[in-house]
Amino acid sequence: MAEWEDPQGAANSRDSAQSKTITRRRFILGVIAGGAAVSAASYRFLAPPSHGRSGSSGAGERLITLMVNGKPRHVDVMKQETLAFTLRYKLGLTGTKLGCDRAECGSCTVLIDDVPSYSCSVLTHTVRGRNVTTIEGLAAPDGTLHPVQKGVVDEQGFQCAFCMPGFIMSAVGYLKKNPNPTRAEMAQGVSGNLCRCQDYTKILDALMRGAEYTRRA
Amino acid sequence: MAVFRDVMPAFDLLQPDSVAEATRLLDQNGAGAWIMAGGLDSFDWLKDRIKKPQVLVDLSGIGELKGIRVSSDGVEIGAMTTLTEIADHPAIQKNYSVLSDAVSVVASPQIRNQGTLGGNVSQDTRCWYYRGGWPCYRAGGNICYADTPVGRNREHAIFGADRCVAVHPSDSAPALIALDAKFVIRSAKGERTVDAEDYFIGPDVDITRLNILGPGDLLTAIRIPAAWSGAKFYFEKIRDRNVWDFPLMNVASAMEVNGGSISRIRIAASAVAPRPMRLRNVEDAVTGKPANASTGEMAGNLAVQGAVPLQFNGYKIPLMRNLVKRAIAGAPEAA
Repeated sequence: MAEWEDPQGAANSRDSAQSKTITRRRFILGVIAGGAAVSAASYRFLAPPSHGRSGSSGAGERLITLMVNGKPRHVDVMKQETLAFTLRYKLGLTGTKLGCDRAECGSCTVLIDDVPSYSCSVLTHTVRGRNVTTIEGLAAPDGTLHPVQKGVVDEQGFQCAFCMPGFIMSAVGYLKKNPNPTRAEMAQGVSGNLCRCQDYTKILDALMRGAEYTRRA
Repeated sequence: MAVFRDVMPAFDLLQPDSVAEATRLLDQNGAGAWIMAGGLDSFDWLKDRIKKPQVLVDLSGIGELKGIRVSSDGVEIGAMTTLTEIADHPAIQKNYSVLSDAVSVVASPQIRNQGTLGGNVSQDTRCWYYRGGWPCYRAGGNICYADTPVGRNREHAIFGADRCVAVHPSDSAPALIALDAKFVIRSAKGERTVDAEDYFIGPDVDITRLNILGPGDLLTAIRIPAAWSGAKFYFEKIRDRNVWDFPLMNVASAMEVNGGSISRIRIAASAVAPRPMRLRNVEDAVTGKPANASTGEMAGNLAVQGAVPLQFNGYKIPLMRNLVKRAIAGAPEAA
């Protein structure tokens, strides 16, 4: 193990990261937003060859309109493309996370017509004409956080927070069905989401606070 | 990293908006067509590149396959109705609670929001050797990897094995058998209706599929007759985790008790055999007997007669004995 540890190197890389004005996150978002061609070309290069047909795997792309966070978005979508892929790599909405890509972890949860769904397991072509809400669509246009987001901030509910967008979307969807849940009901409501930090107690504190704020809002 | 793995190989996506159009497309494409309902079974196969259909027929745009219709004859549930809709439906909760109880413990909330009743009964088995792409009997090979001295078979069958020892994973199937439901199947040739228990087939009939659907067939609806409306129901699912997991076993029953004795009963179990198993010997033996602990004891012992455990699933025998006993005599009150 020791040979992998390099405190000096780690410190250096932190310093150099801080010295740059462009963060990694901004850079990636810039690439995705600034050039669909760049992101599309990179995945085409790496995508496995399609079987039984000629041409690139992007040959089946079609321009469709999706309603995402209340806005119509025009996007080229392959027939076999999942909603999580479209949101992250075509629309730059990287708040939706891809964990397992197998409907087994919940980090890709979004609302489709207000109902929580695993966006890794939905074909984008099947949600034409429906309303998709991602974590980016929760806050008000002036930046005011959604009550559940506010609850999470106030309770500091998450540790690493990779699973947080999925948990928040599940909770927001569940509260539409049951605005006044008990703690056990809320746990059941977000039971389709996993936290590998095992931070469930604090997550439930935060989501219950969010439920309280939602009722007051 | 899942980033690039999650682009599935290309397929042609057909999105019919009526049953007539869907059956026409299925007829046209024959065995090359893959039917997708909620997609939660399909995506594993497609993403893992184990099944590579040329054509995928997506049923999500067909309105006539969705919804729950209540009439004096019972309830008709469209095959594309989500499990959440069924779990939350007041008439099903009131009169056929064995079904709402069963579907409300399927997988996770998000999966129930998207997964459909038709998909739940038509999904493929979860044996990980088969799903992992191993060339087993079910996949067209000539070995069962689970039924070897070192095979991992804790979840596998104690009944009905024939080369393949995989079990049927559905939670709704035993409840539908207990309710004597009828499955409506359409194809370009017309419509046919089969009893719930006859929808499922074992490896002795066809080792490559779990149900009678052939190329061109589409399950359109499930009809629950009023005959068992308001009966005394029992459903219990045993699993390792409270979310996501498929059953290690489940038992469903519908029973009518008159003057303390059982006048009629239907009982079925899943995850014990390659098809959801109706326990006819138990039904025959307990009819006319009092619904009490000694009848339950007898029923439990009878249910496991002939069971053949594998290396790691011997626990399923006492488990089944106890679940069947509880179906008849009731579960003891939790302490």
